[in-house]
Amino acid sequence: MSSGTPAAVLDAVSLAHRNGTRALRSVSLRLAPGEQVAVIGPSGAGKTTLLRVLSATLAPQSGAVTLLGQCPWRLSPRARQRLRARLGLVHQAPPLPPVQRVITAVSAGRLGRWSAGRALLNLAWPLDAAGIGAGLRRLDLEDRLYSRCDSLSGGQLQRVGIARALYQQADLLLADEPVSAMDPRLAAHCLRILQADAASRGAALVVSLHAVDLALEAFPRIIGLREGQVLFDKPAAEVSPAELSELFDNAQLSAPEATRAAEPAGVPPRC
Amino acid sequence: MLSANDPQRWPRLGWTLLALALLWPALHLSELNPAGLVAGDSARAMAGFLAGFWPLAHDLAFLALVGRATLETLAIATVGMALAVLLAAPAALVINRALSLSALAAEGRPGPWGGLVRWPLRGLLIVLRSIPELVWALLLVRALGLGPTAGVLAIAITYAGMLGKVYAEILESVGPAPARAILAAGGSRLAAFAYGLLPNALGELLSYTLYRWECALRASVVMGFVGAGGLGQQVELSLRMLAGGEVATLLLVFVLLVTAVDGLSRILRRSLGVGA
Repeated sequence: MSSGTPAAVLDAVSLAHRNGTRALRSVSLRLAPGEQVAVIGPSGAGKTTLLRVLSATLAPQSGAVTLLGQCPWRLSPRARQRLRARLGLVHQAPPLPPVQRVITAVSAGRLGRWSAGRALLNLAWPLDAAGIGAGLRRLDLEDRLYSRCDSLSGGQLQRVGIARALYQQADLLLADEPVSAMDPRLAAHCLRILQADAASRGAALVVSLHAVDLALEAFPRIIGLREGQVLFDKPAAEVSPAELSELFDNAQLSAPEATRAAEPAGVPPRC
Repeated sequence: MLSANDPQRWPRLGWTLLALALLWPALHLSELNPAGLVAGDSARAMAGFLAGFWPLAHDLAFLALVGRATLETLAIATVGMALAVLLAAPAALVINRALSLSALAAEGRPGPWGGLVRWPLRGLLIVLRSIPELVWALLLVRALGLGPTAGVLAIAITYAGMLGKVYAEILESVGPAPARAILAAGGSRLAAFAYGLLPNALGELLSYTLYRWECALRASVVMGFVGAGGLGQQVELSLRMLAGGEVATLLLVFVLLVTAVDGLSRILRRSLGVGA
C-alpha cells in the first residue's frame, strides 16, 4: 500500500439488514493511512454494522466502499479473501470455540496468510508459541497461553480477541466495543495497546466505544453515529457537550421503534 | 381412566385410536404369527436345534477358523469405515452451509450458485445410503466374486452416504460464528473449518463415527451370509450343517466383539474432553 492511499473511503453507503432494519443511511467518511478514530453513539446506532462494512464482511445495498485502495465487492472471491486478510476486526464478544486453546485461537489471526498445510500443522503443533506468548504478555494474559477458551472470563476473552487481531497484523484495524467487559483501568490499558500497535505499523484504527470519556480522551478524531447516520465527524477537542447530548438524547427510548415503523423493508436507500 | 376435566383427553384418545388403526393392517400385511414357534413340529425342530447349542464347539481347528473369521470381520468393518470416512468428510464439507462465503456477506443466506453443487451431492448421498448394504453386497459379490472385498466396498458405499449426511448436519448444528469470523479475516474454507467448526463438532463427529463403526461390525456379519466373508459366512456354513455348537460359539464370539467395541468407543469418547 502506498503511503498516500486512504485506508478507507465510504461514499453514501446504505445498508438494511435482512429483518428490514435500516442500519446505515448514506454514510460517507474518509480515513487517512495511520489515522485513529473512535465511533460513538447509542446502542442500535449502527456502530457494529459500520465496522462490518469496513471489514468487508457485510456488503452495502448502495454506495461505494473502498478499503486500502480496493473495492472489495468488485473483486473476485479469492482477491477479496486476500484483502480481508489485511482487515482485522476485534469482535465485542469474540466468536471462539469454547474447547479451543488460547494459543490456537490467537494463531487463527494469521490464517488468511498461511498455506493450508501450515494451518493444519499449526493445529496439531503450535508453530509460534513464542510470538503468541509475547502478544499475550502485553495484554497481561501470558499465563493463559494453554488454557481453554471456556475457562476465561468475558474480559479475558475480549483480550484474546484483541491478541488475535494484533497477531493478524492488519493494515486496517477495526475494533467493535473491544473493552466493554473490562474494568476502566484495564480498558484504558488495552486501548493504548491497540493504538500503539496500529501506530507502530502505520495501520489505521477504528474503534467503537460506548464509554464517551474514554473515546474523547484517547482518540484525536470522533465520529458520532445515530440512527445509522453520521451526526458529527470532527476532532475530539471540538466535540461539544450539546452535540453529545443530542447524540445520546432519549435514543434508546424512542428512536429504534420509530425508525422501523416509519420505513419498512424494501424502500430504496437514499444515495 | 379418562379424567373428565383433562382438556387433552379427546385428542389423546383420538391419537391412540389412530395409531391402532394404522398398526392393525401393518400387522396383517407382515403376517406375524408367533404361535407358529410353539406349534407341534416346528417347536420340536427348534428345541432339537437349540439343544445342539450345548456343548459349545471348542476344538482347536474350529477355534483357529473362528479367530481368523473374527479378524476378517473386524478388518472388513474397519477398512469399510475408513473408506466411508474418506468419502464422507469432503462431501460434508461441500454440502454444509456454515462455510459458505456468499452466506457471510448476505447474513447467512447462501448464494444461488452454491446450491448447484450442494443439491446434486446431497442427492448422491441419499442414493448411496438408501440402498441397503446387503443389496450392495449382493451386487458386488456378483461382480467381484465371494470374499471380503465385496463387504468392504458395500460398507464404504452405504456408510459414506450416512456419514456424509450426518457430518454435514453436525457441522451445521454447531454455531457458525467462529468459522464466519475466520472467513471474514481472509481465511480459506478449510482453515475456517479446522479452526472454527471442528473444535466444537469434533466430539459429536467422533462419537457418531464410533457408533457407526459398531453398526458396520454387525453389518459385516450379516453380509457374510451372502458370501462377503468374515464371521457371518462361518455362521451360515454352520447353520447349514445344523452344527448348533458351532453356531453357539460364533454367536458368543460376536457378543464379545460387540461388547469390546462398545467399551472401546466409550473409552475413546471419554478421552475426547481434550480440545484442539
